[in-house]
Amino acid sequence: MMIKPLDQAVGSIDAMKAVFARDMKVAFRQRQDLLNPLLFFMMVVTLFPLGVSPEISFLQEAGAGILWVAALLSVLLSLDHLFRHDFDDGTLEQLVLQPQPLFLLVLAKTMAHWVLTGLPLVLLTPVLGVMVHLDGNSIAILCLTLLIGTPVLSLIGAIGAALTLGLRSAGVLLSLLIIPLYIPVLIFGTGTVAAAAEGAPVGAYLALLGAFLVLALTLAPFASAAALKVSLSNS
Amino acid sequence: MWQFFHKLGSPKWFYGIAARLMPWLLVLGLLCLGAGLVWGLAFAPKDYLQGNSYRIIFIHVPSAFLAQSVYIMMASAAVVTLVWRMKLADVFVKAAAPVGLVLTFISLFTGAVWGKPTWGTWWIWDARLTSMLILLFLYGGVIALDRAINDEKSAARAVAILVLVGVVNIPIIKYSVDWWNTLHQPATFKLTEKPSMPAEMWVPLLLSVIGLYLLFGWLACLRMQTEILIREQRTRWVQDLFHVNGGAR
Repeated sequence: MMIKPLDQAVGSIDAMKAVFARDMKVAFRQRQDLLNPLLFFMMVVTLFPLGVSPEISFLQEAGAGILWVAALLSVLLSLDHLFRHDFDDGTLEQLVLQPQPLFLLVLAKTMAHWVLTGLPLVLLTPVLGVMVHLDGNSIAILCLTLLIGTPVLSLIGAIGAALTLGLRSAGVLLSLLIIPLYIPVLIFGTGTVAAAAEGAPVGAYLALLGAFLVLALTLAPFASAAALKVSLSNS
Repeated sequence: MWQFFHKLGSPKWFYGIAARLMPWLLVLGLLCLGAGLVWGLAFAPKDYLQGNSYRIIFIHVPSAFLAQSVYIMMASAAVVTLVWRMKLADVFVKAAAPVGLVLTFISLFTGAVWGKPTWGTWWIWDARLTSMLILLFLYGGVIALDRAINDEKSAARAVAILVLVGVVNIPIIKYSVDWWNTLHQPATFKLTEKPSMPAEMWVPLLLSVIGLYLLFGWLACLRMQTEILIREQRTRWVQDLFHVNGGAR
């Protein structure tokens, strides 16, 4: 779908809204792409009780970690789509040519990506949480950490997606580049749930996750935009 | 100052400087590292608790030390690449990344060998170890991205962005893993808090660290020279250097 030309008179916020709305519209015309990360999420979670142990005690202890890792992997899987189609049909070049700052438009695209993948994962988490025998309190905390954590995953992942755009075997490379950067988010995400399970206060953990989010929100779009320009000049 | 800066951008100028610098770096580096290692491995006093097994510190600490500072050097070079588009900075990043990877691996490996007699295990998910493992992954990612992009200029800038994103992550990794670890088990082993070593132990250690720095400088120069020759192979000065077509003209 062609993007409407945005002239100079259009404010940056309006441009962001337009990009966001367009990404949503495009995504809902290809609904299978929306479902795939969710199916992947559920399948990965299913592997652990079958592959490791269906014991309730094990699942209770490892459940939060399993769900976090599965969410992380499905975000990673969906990142390839973030810029790929727009890159293939030339929309991305038009975005770069807009008078509005590219990092804002990238931020809008990343936010759309989170609403389409991260948010559904959070919404699905309570169901899977019950399946791995987490108690209600843990599930609530887990959902909260995922709610703060998955936007960070999308924002950092956008950098990797932009860097590997148009390369051969981009998918594997993307994972190699991004997984080390995901580790701190994972540590704090699961750490929060573990602390809650031990009855420890979780405020500090959530505050740190929030700090990651603020840091990623402010810095990652610049890196993604710079990487996009490099990738486009490369092609 | 600016003239120096300008010259630093010239691969030909750097090639000459590196050629003059390298023998010094090599000889001094070998001397320092050799002295440090021989002193440390053969003559330094035994540790009263760990006996002789502590001696691996003379290899472990220098390589771990350098593994981290190489990444910081690469990050500084990445800033130069992005801001001033200086070719040499990018050549440095490309030359240093595999060396940093190997140093990180050496420090992890020697750490494991040291851990077996001291802690009774090869590996433990301790703060230090995990952050070094992530550093290894970061180096791997930098090298993989550099290899994947064919165009030289794009590769340089893409790698620079990745290195900088990684460096933002380094303190986060360090502290996050610290806190994460204290939650699960208290940090029983801390490599950072050095016991008050006697001089017979820390002087050879310092010598090995300095020696390894100098040797890294030598290796970086050598690798940068090679990379410069590959990139500039069509230029006049490189062809003159190797007397390609020299006789005919």
